[in-house]
Amino acid sequence: MKKPSIFGRLLMALVFIFLYAPIAVLIVFSFNSSKSRTVWTGFTFDWYVKLFQDTTIMNSLYVTLLVSVLAAVIATVAGTIAAVGIYNMKRSQRNAILALNNIPVINADIITGVSMSLLFVSAASVLTKLSLALSQLFGAKINLSFDLGFGTLLIAHITFNVPYVILSVLPKLRQLDNNLFEAAQDLGATWLQAFFKVIIPQIRPGIVNGLIIAFTMSIDDFVISYFTAGRVQTLSMTIYSMTKKRITPEINALSTLLFIVVLLMLIIINVRQASQEKKLKKNSSRSNELNEIIEYTKI
Amino acid sequence: MKKVVSLVLALALTAAALLSGCAKKQERKVVNVYNWGENIDEGIFKIFEERTGIKVNYTTYESNEQLYAVLKMGGTNYDVIIPSDYMISRLIEEGMLEKLNFDNIPNFANIDDRYKNLEYDPTNEYSVPYTWGIVGLIYNTSMIDDEITSWSALFNPKYAGQILQFDNSRDAMATALFYLGYSVNTTNEAELYEAYELLVRQKPILQGYVMDQIYDKLEGGEAAIGPYYAGDALLMMENNPDLAFVVPEEGTNLFVDAMCIPKGAANKENAELFINFMCDTEIALRNMAVTCYATPVRTAYEALDEETRNNEIMFPKDDVLNRCEIYKNLPQATLNLYDELWVKLKS
Repeated sequence: MKKPSIFGRLLMALVFIFLYAPIAVLIVFSFNSSKSRTVWTGFTFDWYVKLFQDTTIMNSLYVTLLVSVLAAVIATVAGTIAAVGIYNMKRSQRNAILALNNIPVINADIITGVSMSLLFVSAASVLTKLSLALSQLFGAKINLSFDLGFGTLLIAHITFNVPYVILSVLPKLRQLDNNLFEAAQDLGATWLQAFFKVIIPQIRPGIVNGLIIAFTMSIDDFVISYFTAGRVQTLSMTIYSMTKKRITPEINALSTLLFIVVLLMLIIINVRQASQEKKLKKNSSRSNELNEIIEYTKI
Repeated sequence: MKKVVSLVLALALTAAALLSGCAKKQERKVVNVYNWGENIDEGIFKIFEERTGIKVNYTTYESNEQLYAVLKMGGTNYDVIIPSDYMISRLIEEGMLEKLNFDNIPNFANIDDRYKNLEYDPTNEYSVPYTWGIVGLIYNTSMIDDEITSWSALFNPKYAGQILQFDNSRDAMATALFYLGYSVNTTNEAELYEAYELLVRQKPILQGYVMDQIYDKLEGGEAAIGPYYAGDALLMMENNPDLAFVVPEEGTNLFVDAMCIPKGAANKENAELFINFMCDTEIALRNMAVTCYATPVRTAYEALDEETRNNEIMFPKDDVLNRCEIYKNLPQATLNLYDELWVKLKS
């Protein structure tokens, strides 16, 4: 391979600097003893200690992680089932449904957010009126209404995650051999068994991909959460609310920790993949030998 | 098929368990507090729970306008909110606040009389003040040799490229209105247009419109002068001793953030207990240490050491306070004009 020119190297270095310099600055200033983001006043671990005592940040971190995990899992299940259904539709139907599926993906977050919050609020007010009428009717206190909160936040997140899961599972279904399912049934599997033991393993990469995309979309989201979270708060909302005063370096500390966790996870996944590939290579070379021996004995 | 049925049943059971769990939680005594970001010592929630058995659910917002939008939208239930002066009068006018039962707030007696019956709540039925402060000019004495005494500094081309301005319409217009000698509560369109013209002429010499970025810009010496709130000025001066805070001679804005209960709050009595708790001397001192905004609790002020009490940035003297003007809620037509001018200015 040709060695990269000086210009190429310079460009690559610049790209990496632009990508990682902000993170480096963030990590450095998580150890700054004052709240300043520009003046270095000394080294400290204080922000890390304070971070774990800060109930607002910790609560919002908890809400963020919980909603992301739940929304990603539920959306993956729902999206996978939907993808299988869409795949088995007639062509014209499938195209219509896919077009509908793409709209929320292309649509601006703010429109999704505002429209969902309007929906929730109007549903809540209708239910309030209904429970009032029912209470009068039965003479007992009945409350069917709800406040905007974790429930609505979760519904919103699932809603915007599902299209992404469908989009990442469908291509895997297209690659699938149509006869596999029938073959499994011919060999005595029920349709449920055939689905779980044959189809799911075949499309697993697409499902995992969808799960990861859904999780990242959820953790990233600010706009839709902002309109639908009601009285709970995600991490991004908490950080946004600090902008009149000053965002505390506890956020730097938290971001540093998150960055390290993600980095470690990536390293572990890569190491495992590498060792698995090695094993696979070994096995395949062994089976090659075996084949050769078999061939040899045949002759 | 059996499996599917049992799966559905299992799901139904978990859902029921979850729902009943929620129902149980609601029986627990709670108070839902909605406050500015970083505007309280969160350690006090534990003390409140120990004293009263009421759990504090705490969430934060970033501007009065956001708070208003959330309340107006509905679908949520807050028990205590802490808006600023002009927003309180707007909420009162629109019937969005509950009258407080002061029998539950005996600590109201701790509040300095100066902060009772203010313009935004003339009969003091809806609010209990939490913090107050003034707006002033913060400038870097190593970058600006002249002594700054007037709002004119913000419009002086001599400091071009080093000036910062508020990134919200009310505060930004106020700097121009003060400089022109008009009331910040004016509804006179000619005066507002004149202030707007001034801001338009200021735009090319500005470094930028900022809110919390002002901290870094002034501390790091990136910009030389900008208007901001007194409590925040103190924090900046800790990090950069070259910074100075002045109250312009034309007068300035006095702001009060006060605790209120929105209409229809589910836990009104708990909310009053919480407001009472916040006026406790010791609690007020703890909050002041975190927010750096002055407390209206007289007993807390008296408990401060002499140096803090004499800090004229945090507790300005009467001659300064007499030059101050509190924001009032503006009529809808004026608010619309503000929005229109602000959008035109920024675009």
